Amino acid sequence: MGEIVLETREISKSFGALRASREISLTLREGEIHALIGPNGAGKSTLIKQVAGSLRPDSGSVHFLGEDVSALDTPARARRGLGRTFQISALAMDFTVLQNAVLGALGARGEAFRFFRPVMRDRALRQVAEEALERVGLQDHAASRTAELSHGQRRQLEVAVALTLNPRAFVMDEPMAGLGADGSRQLTGFLDGLRAEAPILLVEHDMDAVFALADRISVLVYGEVIATGTASEIRANSEVRRAYLGEEDDA
Amino acid sequence: MAATRERLINAAILFALLAVPLWAWIADEPFVITLATRIAILALAGVGLNIALGLGGLVSFGHAAFFGIGGYAMGILASHAQDYTPLMEWPLAIEGTRSMPVIWLVAMAAAALAALVIGALSLRTSGVYFIMVTLAFAQMLYYFTIGWPAYGGEDGLSIYVRNVFPGMNTLDPVQFLAICYALLAVALFFTARLARSPFGLALAAARQNAERVETVGLRPFRLRLVAFVISGAITGLAGALYADLNRFVSPAMFNWHTSGEIMVFVILGGVARLFGPVAGAALFILLENYLGGLSDYWQAYLGFLLLGVVLFARGGLIGTLAGREVADG
Repeated sequence: MGEIVLETREISKSFGALRASREISLTLREGEIHALIGPNGAGKSTLIKQVAGSLRPDSGSVHFLGEDVSALDTPARARRGLGRTFQISALAMDFTVLQNAVLGALGARGEAFRFFRPVMRDRALRQVAEEALERVGLQDHAASRTAELSHGQRRQLEVAVALTLNPRAFVMDEPMAGLGADGSRQLTGFLDGLRAEAPILLVEHDMDAVFALADRISVLVYGEVIATGTASEIRANSEVRRAYLGEEDDA
Repeated sequence: MAATRERLINAAILFALLAVPLWAWIADEPFVITLATRIAILALAGVGLNIALGLGGLVSFGHAAFFGIGGYAMGILASHAQDYTPLMEWPLAIEGTRSMPVIWLVAMAAAALAALVIGALSLRTSGVYFIMVTLAFAQMLYYFTIGWPAYGGEDGLSIYVRNVFPGMNTLDPVQFLAICYALLAVALFFTARLARSPFGLALAAARQNAERVETVGLRPFRLRLVAFVISGAITGLAGALYADLNRFVSPAMFNWHTSGEIMVFVILGGVARLFGPVAGAALFILLENYLGGLSDYWQAYLGFLLLGVVLFARGGLIGTLAGREVADG
């Protein structure tokens, strides 16, 4: 197994009486896809927010590339190479697809306080943006208004923007949601190759994708990780079946 | 297509701005020239606000603060110059001045500094709270100037002679108009470049989705603060010119009516449209003069017009004529 890139050490987070994260310790290693599954309300999104920096844990710490990043906010973690995609697309809807991608490239370059030269004429930025769009298959939509994209295309654009950051690790919150069977298969193939570039912490509801992709799976129930293991280990785990997979099948 | 049409409309506005005063000059109608000067200055104030409001999505209801600071920068500097009293003797000896370029720089620097302080505090809030905090700051300055006897207090401050610009006779209405036009043109050019710059892209993204901007490693607060400072500085410059046009400054420049009017220019003309504030200020001043001549209650008609724009023509005058804005690139 590769080196640890991203790690949470016993992080806990409560909202009033609700304990959304209970001493969660997770690692993401070089070259792997680590999937995080769990029933609705298990605290997956809360955990992702603490990893990405938009929420601070009450206790415990988050480490990225060997550094304790617990006190850093989202922009600082992004600049250190954490690429995040959202469950509900967070894009500039009035922008063209290309503009959204250029924004990512601009953020990665870290020179937003330039006031005079047209940003869309910047060759280097455009190239990074266009390459990212091409990799997710959106190159033909570069000039479209983002609001006009389908749900699935927006997910692809989210991934493309994350790619422009050239991240050291990805944190993806349900990238398959709303993609449909074809799109889901396509993205599965893409993420499969992406893990070689940077490991992926993947929250996903699409179980086919999770079991096809993940090197390791962690199961979160009521804010607690009840099991971590390979796909077959998780399938065989009786506690997981009872707490999670069984319930889903009944529903 | 919409982009070309907007360019045509902008060109038409520019043409009208030049043709009408030219006609007035030939026909010897000084009042029309003064009217055009007022339009240019108020449009400049609107161009400033449009950077915060249009590009940044920051609904500042306190831009009177910067307009007033610009006005008082001119008033204070020029009054010391006309009284031959030093502005300050300790720790530095500073004299007043009648030089327009110096006054403009001081006005912009003072307004920018105020915007930095007001912005740093108010940008921690958003929505209605941001509107109220910016309004509160402007009103604070309003009451402060009313209670500040050194520069006329409630009565304001009269400057007897217009300030000077090297090589020009600023008392000639046409020459003063030319100065105001030139500054408006520079501000429009700067704004056009700004909107397409890396900063403009990041700022516009922060307006649409702050989370997105943070996720690519940029801080919305800093982007907005810088936009607010630039915005305040331009509106401050307009304030200095306005004071020079009237040769008078008073606390009324700080009044919330002023903030409201600047905002009306932007909304009437088209939020985030380059020429929106110009079209808006022109329409406002023309309505004020011609509708005002017909009825004392002209503002009621203005109210209906504004209501119509907000309800049916979100893009304002420019948006209605040119269609939806198209992204470049």
